[in-house]
Amino acid sequence: MTLNLLPNIEAPDAFYEALTEAQRDMSEDEANDMNARLVLILANQIGRLADLKEAIRLARD
Amino acid sequence: MLNTYQFPQFDYRQSPEQAAGTVLRHPVVVVGAGPVGLTAALDLAARGLRVVILDDNNTVSVGSRAVCYAKRPLEIWDRLGVARPMLDKGIEWKLGRVFLRDKEVYSFDLLPEDGHKIPAFINLQQYYLEEYMVAAAMANPLIDLRWKHKVVSMRQGEDHVSLAVETPDGIFQMEADWLLACDGANSDIRRMVGAEFTGQFFQDRFLIADIVMKAGFPTERWFWFDPDFHRGQSALLHKQADDVWRLDFQLGWEADPEREKRPENIIPRVREMLGPDAEFELEWASVYQFACRRVDNFRHGRVLFAGDAAHQVSPFGARGANTGVQDIDNLSWKLAAVVKGQAPEALIDSYHAERAFAADDNILNSTRSTDFITPKNAASRRYRDAVLALSGKYPFARPLVNSGRLSTPTPYVESPLNTPDAEEWSGRMAPGTCAADAPVRSGGQAGWLLEHLGEGFTLLVSGPEAEPVTCGAFTASVLRVGQDIEDSEGKIATRYDLCDGAVYLIRPDQHIAARWRSFDPEAIRAAILRATAGTEA
Ligand SMILES: Cc1cc2nc3c(=O)[nH]c(=O)nc-3n(C[C@H](O)[C@H](O)[C@H](O)COP(=O)(O)OP(=O)(O)OC[C@H]3O[C@@H](n4cnc5c(N)ncnc54)[C@H](O)[C@@H]3O)c2cc1C
Repeated sequence: MTLNLLPNIEAPDAFYEALTEAQRDMSEDEANDMNARLVLILANQIGRLADLKEAIRLARD
Repeated sequence: MLNTYQFPQFDYRQSPEQAAGTVLRHPVVVVGAGPVGLTAALDLAARGLRVVILDDNNTVSVGSRAVCYAKRPLEIWDRLGVARPMLDKGIEWKLGRVFLRDKEVYSFDLLPEDGHKIPAFINLQQYYLEEYMVAAAMANPLIDLRWKHKVVSMRQGEDHVSLAVETPDGIFQMEADWLLACDGANSDIRRMVGAEFTGQFFQDRFLIADIVMKAGFPTERWFWFDPDFHRGQSALLHKQADDVWRLDFQLGWEADPEREKRPENIIPRVREMLGPDAEFELEWASVYQFACRRVDNFRHGRVLFAGDAAHQVSPFGARGANTGVQDIDNLSWKLAAVVKGQAPEALIDSYHAERAFAADDNILNSTRSTDFITPKNAASRRYRDAVLALSGKYPFARPLVNSGRLSTPTPYVESPLNTPDAEEWSGRMAPGTCAADAPVRSGGQAGWLLEHLGEGFTLLVSGPEAEPVTCGAFTASVLRVGQDIEDSEGKIATRYDLCDGAVYLIRPDQHIAARWRSFDPEAIRAAILRATAGTEA
């Protein structure tokens, strides 16, 4: 497995703030739509199928 | 509705065996004269067998059915001598465009690799395809094509099948050593045998319409998601011969098929799609629910299933007839070898192994396309819409857009007939793969590699050392590159990684059985034995 499950996000608080702030004024639907686009953009950055499948498994369990 | 096509009415004739009231045993009986049954009759006859083919009707395919035919089935029809009229009448196309609302988000060029005799795809109405094959079958002295012969019951014996067949003159009995069930998705034979046919039905309906229109649109495949003229659904536009165009409208599960089929409801939809100035007439319209299903085993005793009788796929990706014809390509040389006593019956079992594998691959591809077009739940619809929204702006999302992946042959990578590679090779021609075509010259004439592959096994070799190899009843003939044929554009060398001394063993259905870096008659003999399910004597 090559997924990095140790801390890797540069500035955790800043990232978390950016994520939630982006959706602050959104309806549930708009936020979900944005999340879907975000997943796809991040998935493309990862690219490797084995890693993506592993991430899906971790998120689901 | 308008008609651009005159449906032929073929003559029913009472068979001498029915007239005489004698029960005859035939080597092979094919049930169903659709594209798959007709191909079966032509292929088995080409391999020297007498074939009786029965159809309950007396004309060709009626209504809006197959449109797109891919390279491989056309190569098979070319081997059988029936591809020319299809290629002449058919429409060649390369470009597909995908729209979201009224904006193009993505286009794909099939980018057919050059150096193949046959194009990547043609579009042609299914009735033309069948008409050309019926003409060839009726002209073939080995083929006995009987119209208005409906199989009404059957019984399996130890080494044959008994049939009851209904004609305008009543019911009579006949027997067959082997029965090919090519009787379509609602196969009666499948029910009579008690075979399972399972899979999934998609909770959606599609209006499929053929219209006649003289002008306007280019010869491309246009697919819309959520178009302004049909909000919340999808739509497809594709050209066929005679200025006939195929339109698909996704309707959703709640739609009422009877209502949607009425011209007064169809015409406004089409007008919105094509614009107010388009002049068109409706030729045919039907409403379908699609499914992906497969028979449990392609062989039940002496009954062999092929085409839609064996597997049904949703039409996104044009796989139904395309894959059915490849069933026959796979089966006919095996059946001919078994009927002639050249190979054991075990060779027939490899038909299930190879073609069920291919059917599962086709079903997987069709299911993925259908799930993209008809998302299973709100979450997958959200992802689908996210893909479409992103694909307009960013190239990364475009490969995720799935409006149908076009049909290519499935390599039999796990086939028991393959001899695995012992050496390193580059290129795609691994054992189990369908042989790629290439331009060649021979005797000063330009031609194609596939035309030079024999009816039996062929050794494709480079270099001087090689001679025919015999194993039991099979002899692999030698095709020498540089001598019998010239690799005029160097494509054989690259596609096959065919350096000096290399040898390919190619099966009668033009699939690779084995390959070596040098000529070794013992290894070739063993590979032929394996490819014919033989056992050491
Ligand atoms: C809307 C639509 C679009 C499609 N588009 C494509 C495409 O673009 N490309 C593609 O490759 N495929 C496509 N297909 C699928 C294609 O039409 C089928 O896969 C193909 O017709 C299957 O051929 P077949 O010979 O197995 O069966 P069929 O064509 O169904 O033929 C079966 C024959 O058996 C006869 N029969 C049935 N029962 C009996 C009996 N008891 N006794 C005697 N005869 C009998 C029938 O009369 C019929 O002639 C499409 C299908 C649909 C519905």
